[in-house]
Amino acid sequence: MKSIKELEEIRKKTLEKVNLRKDRKGTRVVVGMATCGIAAGARPVLLSFVEEINKRKLMDVTVSQTGCIGVCRLEPIVEVYKPGQDKVTYVKMTPDKVAKVVSEHIVNDRPVIEYTIGYVENRQNK
Amino acid sequence: MDFFRSHVLICGGTGCHASGSDDLIEEFDRLIEEKKLQREVKVVRTGCFGLCELGPVVIVYPEGAFYSRVNKEDVQEIVEEHLIKGRIVKRLLYHDSIAKDDTIKSLSDVGFYKKQKRITLRNCGVIDPENIDEYIAFDGYKALAKVLTEMSREEVIQTIKLSGLRGRGGGGFPTGLKWEFTYRAKGDKKYVCCNADEGDPGAFMDRSILEGDPHSVLEAMAIAGYAVGSDQGYIYVRAEYPIAVRRLNIAIEQAREYGLLGNNIFGSGFNFDIELRLGAGAFVCGEETALMASIEGKRGEPRPRPPFPASKGLFGKPTLLNNVETYANIPPIILKGSEWFSSIGTEGSKGTKVFALGGNINNTGLLEIPMGTTLREIVYEIGGGIPGGKEFKAAQTGGPSGGCIPASHLDTPIDYDSLMEVGSMMGSGGLIVMDEDTCMVDIARFFLDFTVEESCGKCPPCRIGTKRMLEILDRITSGKGQEGDIEKLETLAKNIKASALCGLGQTAPNPVLSTLRYFRDEYEAHIKEKKCPAGACTALLTYTIIDDLCKGCSLCAKHCPVEAISGKPKSPYVIDQEKCIKCGVCMEKCPFKAIEKK
Repeated sequence: MKSIKELEEIRKKTLEKVNLRKDRKGTRVVVGMATCGIAAGARPVLLSFVEEINKRKLMDVTVSQTGCIGVCRLEPIVEVYKPGQDKVTYVKMTPDKVAKVVSEHIVNDRPVIEYTIGYVENRQNK
Repeated sequence: MDFFRSHVLICGGTGCHASGSDDLIEEFDRLIEEKKLQREVKVVRTGCFGLCELGPVVIVYPEGAFYSRVNKEDVQEIVEEHLIKGRIVKRLLYHDSIAKDDTIKSLSDVGFYKKQKRITLRNCGVIDPENIDEYIAFDGYKALAKVLTEMSREEVIQTIKLSGLRGRGGGGFPTGLKWEFTYRAKGDKKYVCCNADEGDPGAFMDRSILEGDPHSVLEAMAIAGYAVGSDQGYIYVRAEYPIAVRRLNIAIEQAREYGLLGNNIFGSGFNFDIELRLGAGAFVCGEETALMASIEGKRGEPRPRPPFPASKGLFGKPTLLNNVETYANIPPIILKGSEWFSSIGTEGSKGTKVFALGGNINNTGLLEIPMGTTLREIVYEIGGGIPGGKEFKAAQTGGPSGGCIPASHLDTPIDYDSLMEVGSMMGSGGLIVMDEDTCMVDIARFFLDFTVEESCGKCPPCRIGTKRMLEILDRITSGKGQEGDIEKLETLAKNIKASALCGLGQTAPNPVLSTLRYFRDEYEAHIKEKKCPAGACTALLTYTIIDDLCKGCSLCAKHCPVEAISGKPKSPYVIDQEKCIKCGVCMEKCPFKAIEKK
């Protein structure tokens, strides 16, 4: 290593990988990963979130999982908790929908209404 | 994919290693592969988290779930429940990490960590010590880059001087001054040495830093090399620390590969390299002149000072010698500045101190506190109090060179000067808590026994004087103490302190002097009444059966290994004091608590 620039590059690159180990207060993405969720395809959804968040270098966002959220027929379910805001619940998620949730909701603070539980339920009832 | 959604941190320090953390790592790796989670979950072996009592410790992020005393059999549950389903395994959580509303507390809110301030242990339990990139991620080698590109050698020394940092090996000499003396010394070749020959019984601060964050020491030594004008460093580490030695070797190798050790570091023209030297475990080799003799390949014996190492040290050249913990403070001081560091601590003692907490205490382990924290806070808040509802009797600091602090001084702030005032010393950081059942004469005898064993034998006061002191203490604890023994101890202590060659000899009588100062009545009880008030010295104990309580069940007689108990069933039994070996089995077995120990 001959320069401080190189050191800084290693620092940045590795920090992305280890930053998870610090206590953070940012956005939490929680994926329902009980049997129902996994059977409905929650794992590819979770992986897409991890990839998308990594791609955009959103250091303050964590992806974690939880058990059965309760509405098994709407799985895979993803809940997004932003500090100081109400929880937003997305249902029937697929890997294709992930990029939009990340860019619109997590980055730009505009929840993707058409994926939320309220919207999907209303439409189904009609 | 390099980004993992979850990190499983498993402590690989010596404590958890001994309680089986290697098996856990294997089991996690196996199950994670079996469940095809290897792209999502990363398993990291870290340094010590500090709560050795609860080992092996596993922390799972991002939730920050703190699992304690994890068995190999528990791993499957953690993988299936937590890693796959996201359900935290509550039964394995460290009880103090669960908040009232059942959520997980942040580590900094847990009692054990709340009052701590981790500067030298900043990376312990956070990074993988065998991966230089992780050290760099948390600002590693940034301080070295800063001094080499932005600071003059004088500025570096000035920063360390202004920070108020004092030697953490026990002496407490101002570090910046030491650097300045070595810098000013004339010589074509200078050396930078690291004293990692941690030898106090019960102390493991330096070991934990070397195991958990070896690069911090390497970086600091390179900074010191630049400041004093040296291109060669030596780390003198004891061979009994195999994990520390292995990780240091890996760290040195990685730093050389990255060009952070070697020639022309950061293109500045500065060259610096480090070699390890293994000590065979002689306590005296922690003394600086003996340590340097040992590095030179000679017998590890001290020599008189002056000349001090700064003018005539290793191979007769000017040498800077600091302890592991002292070095670990250097990079943060360079990065955050001397004002930041000197804002922590007390008037005469700046920064933090790492302690290895042991003895009769709930949270045995490793902790780092700002100077000025009181002993009471350490024992009752961080340490979680004394097990079994027993009373605090004294705390021993400073190992064989230190002394005991009694309950009346529980509110003493921990810093160099206050500890000296109460007749103990900071020492390297061993802190042994003793409860009401500990005999203070026996404790003094224990430390003297250690000193006699470890005396190098070069100077008569230490070789012969400590031996005589031990003989007197042996006599007292076995009930053969004589009138005048205390005075003899005091005279010997005074003379040894005044005439021993090195620091170890000069401080060897301290455990006796400090226990005499606070617990003289215990010495007197041993000598005059032939009684041990704490009930610890077996030779002074008598077990007797209380007639009124004895139901004559014969259990005691059946279990007595030397057939010292006799009697007729259904009438009180009697112990033959001549035959009794004071093993205490009868007392343990008696269902009616009819046996008394005095």
